[in-house]
Amino acid sequence: MAVAEIIPPSRFETSRRLFLKRGFGSPGSLAISVIVFVVLGWIAWSFLDWAVLRAVWRQENVEACGQGGACWAVIDARHRLILFGTYPFGEHWRSALAALAIIATVVLSCLPAMWQARRLAALWVLGFASYYLLMEGSLLGLPQVTTDGWGGLSLTLFLFAAVVLLGMPMGLGLALMRRSEMPVVRWFAMGLIDTIRSLPLVTTLFTAAVVVPLFLPSWLEGDKIWRVIIAFALFFACYQAEVFRGGFQAIPKGQVEAGKALGLGYWSILGRIVLPQVFRHALPSTINMVVVTFKETAIVTIIGFFDILASGKTAFGTAEWAPYYIEVYLFVAAIYWVFIFSLGQYGEYLKRRMTLSER
Amino acid sequence: MQAALVVVTLLAVWGAVSNAQYNLTRLNMTSGFGFLERGTGWNYSFSLVERSINDSYAYTLFIGLLNTLFVGFICIVTTTIFGFLIGTMRDVRHPALRFAASVYVQIFRNIPLILQAIFLYAILIHMGGPRQAVSLGDVAFLSGRGAMLPGLNVSPTVAVALLLASLALGVALILARPVFWRGLALWAGGSLGLALAVALVLRPEGESLLSLPELQGLRFTGGISVPIELFALIAAITLYGSAYVAEIVRGGLAQVPRGLVEAGQALGLSRAAIWSRIKVPMALRSIIPPLGNQWIFMMKATTIGIAIGFSDLFYITVNAISQSGQTLELIAMLMLTFLAINYSIALFTNWLNARLQLKEH
Repeated sequence: MAVAEIIPPSRFETSRRLFLKRGFGSPGSLAISVIVFVVLGWIAWSFLDWAVLRAVWRQENVEACGQGGACWAVIDARHRLILFGTYPFGEHWRSALAALAIIATVVLSCLPAMWQARRLAALWVLGFASYYLLMEGSLLGLPQVTTDGWGGLSLTLFLFAAVVLLGMPMGLGLALMRRSEMPVVRWFAMGLIDTIRSLPLVTTLFTAAVVVPLFLPSWLEGDKIWRVIIAFALFFACYQAEVFRGGFQAIPKGQVEAGKALGLGYWSILGRIVLPQVFRHALPSTINMVVVTFKETAIVTIIGFFDILASGKTAFGTAEWAPYYIEVYLFVAAIYWVFIFSLGQYGEYLKRRMTLSER
Repeated sequence: MQAALVVVTLLAVWGAVSNAQYNLTRLNMTSGFGFLERGTGWNYSFSLVERSINDSYAYTLFIGLLNTLFVGFICIVTTTIFGFLIGTMRDVRHPALRFAASVYVQIFRNIPLILQAIFLYAILIHMGGPRQAVSLGDVAFLSGRGAMLPGLNVSPTVAVALLLASLALGVALILARPVFWRGLALWAGGSLGLALAVALVLRPEGESLLSLPELQGLRFTGGISVPIELFALIAAITLYGSAYVAEIVRGGLAQVPRGLVEAGQALGLSRAAIWSRIKVPMALRSIIPPLGNQWIFMMKATTIGIAIGFSDLFYITVNAISQSGQTLELIAMLMLTFLAINYSIALFTNWLNARLQLKEH
């Protein structure tokens, strides 16, 4: 037999065979496969039957609700409330555009072409500014809407963008302080990081909302929403500082020494040698941190902000829609899930790509 | 530069304190801890021990702390067990099991915990009264009033004592450093045996060892009644947390060197034996540090109980603040308590990790 006749099977063929062998090769594994797929299939089918096949979609057909199918009519009727909260109805296009600006900012910062500190900073400042200008309105000559009127998904996205934008430089600052050669500065950063990380986020936010005004003179008190954002950003910064610390540790000491030997100052070494590599090393964990932050913004509902969770609760708060709370919660959960899952998958992809390129 | 930082910090603290004094006098509030002796006069949802609305603030806060520790401890145990199960499923070779486990992880990890808790609570509260309860083999029931579970026929105080004894046994076993699986078996067997023995001695005269819930008229009697808030909180934290623990466990199992597994195969060990004797003991060394962080996270996560009306320490503190106005003292106590709890968990996991490290010969 000629050697040439032995052709290695394709990768697809190999995985297909492995799948069949491991899943159906022996009576035991066959039984497990059958049980798992029957259970999963049953769950998937019941859900499909409830959520699609027997569902009522349009607001006009609301009388047909409550007969064993999902009542998506509640979303049809109340989606504006869930997405935009109590924002003036006629101005909803502003809230929608503003939310899109934040989403576009996040999507654009996933492009490798944007991965330079200067470009990313410019992008986020731009995205955040366009959000603020659109929502607040007075600077663009539109009717003014104060932060009390913001709500729903738009508010959630606003909190998220503000926290990341403020928290990122704060985190870098804390990470640098923690590495400082001056003991007082180092202890200060370490104490702050460890304390904030040990406290539940909701206590930190509650303190900012309720307790901090007692300590501040009235001219410095500011809006409740800004105090909470700053506290949230501090929380983000303390975790992000640890992420940056991991990045700093990955850089060989010799590089800093080489910079010093060339006569470069602290800031040149930092800006031209160390930080570009730190950012690169810290990127996957940073994305993870950003995802966690998006998830944690849901906490603000406890201290009385009208985020998407609270606006969802209001959406089924009337007697007419009260029985359809499951549909509303599923809708809100699906929005969160799409954002968090896609960002998370992107982070996983990036991690794989980076470990490959390091080999 | 350092001096500048010190001066700025001191100035900020001084400014904050003087402002606080000014604001407190303006609002006519007295500072100090005298209020702790006063009766509260308000009620709340859950307590492990006897309580009344005339309890002092100190005692009410203590109940809140007890509730937080109780929920946190239960969640840590359930999440760790469940997470190990799911994480192992993600590591086995069987494609259907892997698929099911990753579906689970992707669903529950990517939805905010507080949303899951509120959602679950809403579903449970709409389940209707005890007559419409869902029955699990007629020994456990779930209804809109809560879960009814079979329990040992002993008083709550004895049950708490048993829980603590089981905890002490676990610590003692870690100190004695047996083989991991033997230790686990000794702990489970010892706790169970102790519980049965105590129940045998202390049960009410002439009654059975176990107390089973039973529907009598419009309500259940017997068994352990778990209020709906507590049940929803534990279930939500467990579902969410175990998705994270599963990822930690999967990562740890994946880091076990292939050579060790192959050595086990060469020795003719079964796959179960390779998992329990080689993979888990080796993986534990890289699992414990992130698992400890997850435990701390779970302790902190109990604070979302306030969103569904469970009276944990944060809930009690917020209520106490709104009722007594002693904001600064109460927040300071809350923060110090959480610092102490989480610092202890960190110490414990560091110690556990040091115990589990391989000895270099």
